[in-house]
Amino acid sequence: MSLKKGLPVKTLFYLTGAVVLAALPILIRSNYWIGTVNLAIIYSIAVLGLNIILGLTGQLNIAQAAFWGIGAYTAALLNTRLGWPFWATFLVAPPTAAAFGVILGFPTLRLSGRYLAMATIGFGIIINLILHNWKEFTGGVDGIPGIASPVLGPLRFSTNASFYYLAIVCLILAALTQVRIKNSRMGRAFQAIKDNELAAELSGVDTFKYRVVAFALCSAYGGLAGQLFAHRTKYVSAETFFIDMSILFICMLMIGGAGSVAGSIVGASLLTFISVWLRFLQGLWAMAIFGLASVVIMIFMPTGLAGLAKSVGAKMAVRFRPDLQKERAELPQEVSH
Amino acid sequence: MTPGTQANTILEIHRLTKQFGGLVALDSVDLFLQTGEIRALIGPNGSGKTTLLNLVSGVYTPTQGSVLFKGRSVANKRPHLLVKEGMKRTFQSARLFRDLTVLENVMIGLHGQTKGGLAGIVLSLPGIKKEEGMICDKALEALQFVGLHAQAKALAKNLPYGQQRLLEIARALISNPSLLLLDEPAAGMNPSETSDLVRLLDRIRERGTTIFLVEHDMNLVMEISDFVTVLNFGRKIAEGSPTEIQNNEEVIQAYLGKKARYA
Repeated sequence: MSLKKGLPVKTLFYLTGAVVLAALPILIRSNYWIGTVNLAIIYSIAVLGLNIILGLTGQLNIAQAAFWGIGAYTAALLNTRLGWPFWATFLVAPPTAAAFGVILGFPTLRLSGRYLAMATIGFGIIINLILHNWKEFTGGVDGIPGIASPVLGPLRFSTNASFYYLAIVCLILAALTQVRIKNSRMGRAFQAIKDNELAAELSGVDTFKYRVVAFALCSAYGGLAGQLFAHRTKYVSAETFFIDMSILFICMLMIGGAGSVAGSIVGASLLTFISVWLRFLQGLWAMAIFGLASVVIMIFMPTGLAGLAKSVGAKMAVRFRPDLQKERAELPQEVSH
Repeated sequence: MTPGTQANTILEIHRLTKQFGGLVALDSVDLFLQTGEIRALIGPNGSGKTTLLNLVSGVYTPTQGSVLFKGRSVANKRPHLLVKEGMKRTFQSARLFRDLTVLENVMIGLHGQTKGGLAGIVLSLPGIKKEEGMICDKALEALQFVGLHAQAKALAKNLPYGQQRLLEIARALISNPSLLLLDEPAAGMNPSETSDLVRLLDRIRERGTTIFLVEHDMNLVMEISDFVTVLNFGRKIAEGSPTEIQNNEEVIQAYLGKKARYA
């Protein structure tokens, strides 16, 4: 049975995935929906960042929209004022956002839970006020128009379909990077801090350092998402990067499954499309529905869609593979709660 | 080295005092631990035992007095730095990384002794893969040592309580500490698990690790320790061999009360 070998199934799965992803613009055709896919990819990268700080490290950060905005404005300013091309802003925007992540992460080291949440909300609002009111620098309410499309040699990524290929490569690299981080000693340090900060410190983890690193990585992902966003929409304005987007990113992560790389992407994509379908309800109603869905999911399915898929997958595996049944029976059963 | 230090003293505690507001949790305690010994710290509830462990491991800062680990002051050192210098501890109620596997829990115990950085991890450099393999091997070794290797892939939260305590010890042992602080390791264990624990502690001592344990189980304390220190109301009231402590009038009073009479 090919199932037992494992490897060919996996290779086949990845090949099919690659073909589908490569053919997606041809399959979809509609320019509008490809544009929506691009938005879903950008949101996925921002949510992947949130997954590091909230999903892995367990620190509630309600400022991801601010980091997203910092990345977008960094790209917009460098491109429109100094004429830097996409590739240059690509290298500068994520580190710039990461530097702001350190600025937020360092003074909040001794905060956790709701106190940290409030500090991050404050940070998000301050950044948004600066974007709104520092007219000479950020263009104020008018924002910054005229951001150039990415160009690589003879290739111009100016249409939605061409930009898609650029964005999907960024997302795949961002996801692979995160898988590696998650399965490393750094990822284990993050998860140790989430489960028990004191025990992490007394096991040898420099918890202060890794909390700041988690904030920096989270905001670097946010900055990359912002940089892509700026070059895709060719225009940025402050109200895009308000707190409602920070909360939407959190909903995306919770529904997809906090801690899961695939869950982050699925959650972000799902909510992007649902919010487009719910557009007739006006923005606030869509937010209310997402908020309610998040609460329901956190009560009944705290591990999100990723957790659901995992437990269904485990049950299916046991049903179809009797050899696993025995192994499972030998595992220690849950004792408490 | 400071005056009065002997070459084989691993831990020195001088006039250590900790106040929480008006409450004196620990009052001018002196304590010296020789390399290789098993020392028990006993005393009634609230006598300051866990406070002492928290001061030694850098979780609390003392109000007064000093702690020297291997001749160097622990003052102003965050706990992970003391871990790097060879001090490890466990907690009164097992503090595990509940959502990680048993193996991953132990692997985290080697964090301070490894150094793979972001660039290496993202690029999956050969050095990182090698280090990861080494961490995994050592973790399996530590699990084997405490007898939990069969559960390596289980989630920590799914282990029965007695095994969770053993997992904490494995997480501490992976970095081969020179001083191991154990906060009530036998709490929640049944008698057969406790007698296994006695044997385990002996084997840990044979590895060259000095053990400093807080414990309520008197049978275990009397069986395993070389010396016993007794605290009551934050003060040291007695110190000596297990037999001396068992016959010490003040200790009996602290545990049974002044007017205890058996008819």
